[in-house]
Amino acid sequence: MGDKGKYIGIIMGLTFASLIMTQQPAIFVGLMSRSYSFISDLGLPDIWVMDTKVQFVDDIKPLQDTELYRVRGITGVEWAMPLYKGLLKARLTDGTFQTCNVIGLDDATLIGGPPTMLEGTLEDLRRSDSVIVDIDGATEKLGKPSPIPGGKPIPLKIGDNLELNDRRAIVVGIAKSTRTFQSQPMVYTTYSRAKSYAPKERKLLSFILVKTKAGQDAHELTERIKLNTGLAAYTQAEFKELTYQYFMHNTGIPINFGISITLGFIVGAAIAGQTFYNFTLENIRQFGVLKAMGTSNLTLLRMILLQAVLVGSIGYGLGVGLTALFGYATRHTILAFKFPWQLLVFSGAGVSIICIFAALISMIKVFRLEPAIVFKG
Amino acid sequence: MSLAVRCQNLTKTYDTGGQIVTALSNINLDIPMGELMMLVGPSGCGKTTLISVIAGILDQDSGICELFGENLQRLSSKEKLKFRAKHIGFVFQAFNLLPALNAAENVAIPLIINGMNRHLAVRKAIELLSQVGLGERWTSLPSQLSGGQQQRVAIARALIHNPRLIVCDEPTSALDHETGLNVMHLLKSVALQNDRSLVIVTHDARIFEFADQVAEMDDGHIINVKNAPLRT
Repeated sequence: MGDKGKYIGIIMGLTFASLIMTQQPAIFVGLMSRSYSFISDLGLPDIWVMDTKVQFVDDIKPLQDTELYRVRGITGVEWAMPLYKGLLKARLTDGTFQTCNVIGLDDATLIGGPPTMLEGTLEDLRRSDSVIVDIDGATEKLGKPSPIPGGKPIPLKIGDNLELNDRRAIVVGIAKSTRTFQSQPMVYTTYSRAKSYAPKERKLLSFILVKTKAGQDAHELTERIKLNTGLAAYTQAEFKELTYQYFMHNTGIPINFGISITLGFIVGAAIAGQTFYNFTLENIRQFGVLKAMGTSNLTLLRMILLQAVLVGSIGYGLGVGLTALFGYATRHTILAFKFPWQLLVFSGAGVSIICIFAALISMIKVFRLEPAIVFKG
Repeated sequence: MSLAVRCQNLTKTYDTGGQIVTALSNINLDIPMGELMMLVGPSGCGKTTLISVIAGILDQDSGICELFGENLQRLSSKEKLKFRAKHIGFVFQAFNLLPALNAAENVAIPLIINGMNRHLAVRKAIELLSQVGLGERWTSLPSQLSGGQQQRVAIARALIHNPRLIVCDEPTSALDHETGLNVMHLLKSVALQNDRSLVIVTHDARIFEFADQVAEMDDGHIINVKNAPLRT
C-alpha cells in the first residue's frame, strides 16, 4: 500500500526466481539435447545398430565390417550403411593440435552427412583427401591463428589444409551441424578415408545405419536384428533416450542444475515471502481499519491475492523476458540454450507457488488480526 | 428518550501473560440518540476498551451492550460485520487513511464495503468532500494533505454511509488547537444531524465544551457522568 520500494523489492525477488527457474533449466535442456544432437542431425536412418555394450552415442565400441553385411541380409532392411565416428587429432597450421569428431560416411551414398551445407556440396567428398568441416569448428577451434595477438582466429575456408593423423585433409565444404555435448569440431569424410585417418585397429565400424522397408515396423526390425546378429539395435528415438538417460544417471549435470533451480526457488520465495509479509505487517493497521469498518476476511483475502497475482505476473513476465533476452544474446555462442514451452509452465507453476506461499503467510496474520488494534496508539 | 447505546454491567478482562487485568468493571452507560458523549479519563482507565465494545469490534466477558436495541453479542460474526459496516462510522486519532488511495477513494470505502458500485461511491465521496471544504482536494493523496485536512477526510469517511453512531478516538490530539476546534465544529455540525450519536474518547480538555454528556472513567469504572461540560 503506497510503498514503491518494497513493491519493487517483491517484484525483483519474483523476477529473480522466475529468471533462475527458466534460464537454468533452459541451459540444462539445451545441454541435454546436445547429448543426442548427432543422432537428431542424421534424420535418414530409422535404426542404429551397434555393439551391445554401447551406452551412449559417444561411447564407441567398434564392430567388424562384416557385421554390415549380416545386417543387410535381414528381412525388412531397405538399406544398411556404415558410419565411422571417432575422436582424432588434427594438426593445425600453427603446429598445435585439436581433437576433432571425425565422421566417416558411406563412400557410395554419403548417407549420414551434415544436415545443411553452407559452402560446397556433399558430393565434393568424392575428391581425394577431401573433408567437410562444420562452421563452428571452422571459425573457432580449427581456425588459423590471428596475425594480431589475442585476435579472433581466421576461419578455415574451402581449399585450406588440415593434417589428420599425419595425413593431408583438404577442406572442400563448410556445413552447419548442431553442436554436440563435447563441442568438438565435426569433420565429415568418407568411410574409407576416415579409416585411413584413424589409428590402425582390427575393428573400426562404429555404427550401422539402417532404413526400414516401407510398411516394416521399426521396433519389430530392431528385435529381428538383435536376434539375428547379437548386436544392439535401437530406433532413433530409443537411441536418443539411451544417450539422454546415460547423461542423466552418470553425470553430475542434473544434480548441479537441480541445486541451482532449487536455490533460485528458495531465494525467490524467501525474498518475496518476507517482503510481502513485512508489507502486510507495516500495513496491519490499515487492514485493521478495513476490518473495523466491516470488511470481511474474504474481501481482504481477495485483496491480498490480487496483489500477489499482480506482483507474481509482473515478476514472472520480467523473469521470462530476461531469460528470452539471455537466450537471444547468446544464440551465436557455444552456450547451450533451449527454451521449450514446458519451461514456461514449469516456472509459472514455481512463481505461483511462491506467490501463494507469500500471500498465505500474510493472510494468516490478517485473519488473526483483532480490529480493535485500530484504537491502540 | 430513545437510546443509541445501552451498556449494562459490562465487564472485560485481559490475560496478559498469566495475569488477569480488568479493563472494564460493571460499566453502566446510556447514550441517547442525537447526543455527543465524551469518554474521558487517565491513560489505561478503559476508555479504548469501552469504545471498542460499543463499536462491536471487541466482545465483552459479561454484561450487555445494545446498539439501537440490538445486542451485538447475539449476532454472528458475519452479522456483526454487516451491522458495523452499515451503522457505525469511525474517526481515528492517527486518521488511518489508506496511503495509496486519494481522498475521494478513501471516503468511498464504507460505501464500497456496503456494496455500492465503485464509480458511484467515488462520485458521492467527492460531493461530501465539498461539504467538508475539501472539494478541490479530492484527488490528493493523504500524504499531500495537512493533519486537519486528513482528519476532515476521515470525518467524511465516517459519515458517507450515513451511519447512526460515530465513534471517535482522540480526534483532535494530533492537531493544533485551532485545527482541533475546527474539526470539532465540523463533527458537531455535520455528524450530529439526523439523530445520529457520537461517542468521543479524548484527553483534550479544550473540546469538552462540545459534549452533551461527559463520562469520566478511572480504573475500569465510570465514576461520573455529567450533563454539563466540565469546562467551557
